[in-house]
Amino acid sequence: MADYERRFLLHVPSSTENLALIRDFVGNIGRQAGMVETELSMLELAVDEACANVIEHAYGLDKTQEVIMRVTLDVDCLKIQVIDTGKGFDPAQIEQKDVKKLIAERRSGGLGLRMMKLVMDEVQYQMKPGERNELTMIKKLKK
Amino acid sequence: MLALDGFLDAHTAPQFEETIQSEISAGRRNLIIDCGKLTYISSAGLGVFMSFIEELREAGGDIKICSVAPKVLQVFEILGFQSLFDIVDTLPEAVAKFQEGGQKG
Repeated sequence: MADYERRFLLHVPSSTENLALIRDFVGNIGRQAGMVETELSMLELAVDEACANVIEHAYGLDKTQEVIMRVTLDVDCLKIQVIDTGKGFDPAQIEQKDVKKLIAERRSGGLGLRMMKLVMDEVQYQMKPGERNELTMIKKLKK
Repeated sequence: MLALDGFLDAHTAPQFEETIQSEISAGRRNLIIDCGKLTYISSAGLGVFMSFIEELREAGGDIKICSVAPKVLQVFEILGFQSLFDIVDTLPEAVAKFQEGGQKG
């Protein structure tokens, strides 16, 4: 593992068809970081959830917008920033309902943020709606 | 029985949702989802299972999930799906679950 910081940048149109491409991008970087298959799947899942939220909620499925992924690979951690210019949201207002309750309400959504928090070591939002919303997720690397 | 092939994310989940809906509209209440060729699932995919299960159970039916690869199974397990859905190793076991009767959750 190299002891210098490596940076990766991806700009993609805000369409769900690009989620597979985004997963591959992050998965390849995770592989460079020495992650094993189960860790890679979880990393790809967290990033997929983040970007799907941006595409569906921040941009309301408007395919003409852009999702930016900035990934920094350091000696001890992998930092992923997902940036959009959509409408944003207040993370404090997101209610974390349990799956049983969501099922009872016949809801199909509401799990993305929870997935990210379960899978990553840190999840933070910085919101400037309409200007720049930034989600930062950190995964510590095993040595 | 429905067999999933490839990945189930926010892009492909609507197609899966439509397929389940058409099965229900055709009067089918007992659905087996064979995940043998499913390589990936995100919460959008899990959401499809969640949104139909109550309706099917109320109508006396159920969804049984079988042949899930370990990589996909870990996503089901993160959210505790194994305690809410019947997830079994093989298609014959899924069929047997329907013959035994009973619903999880």
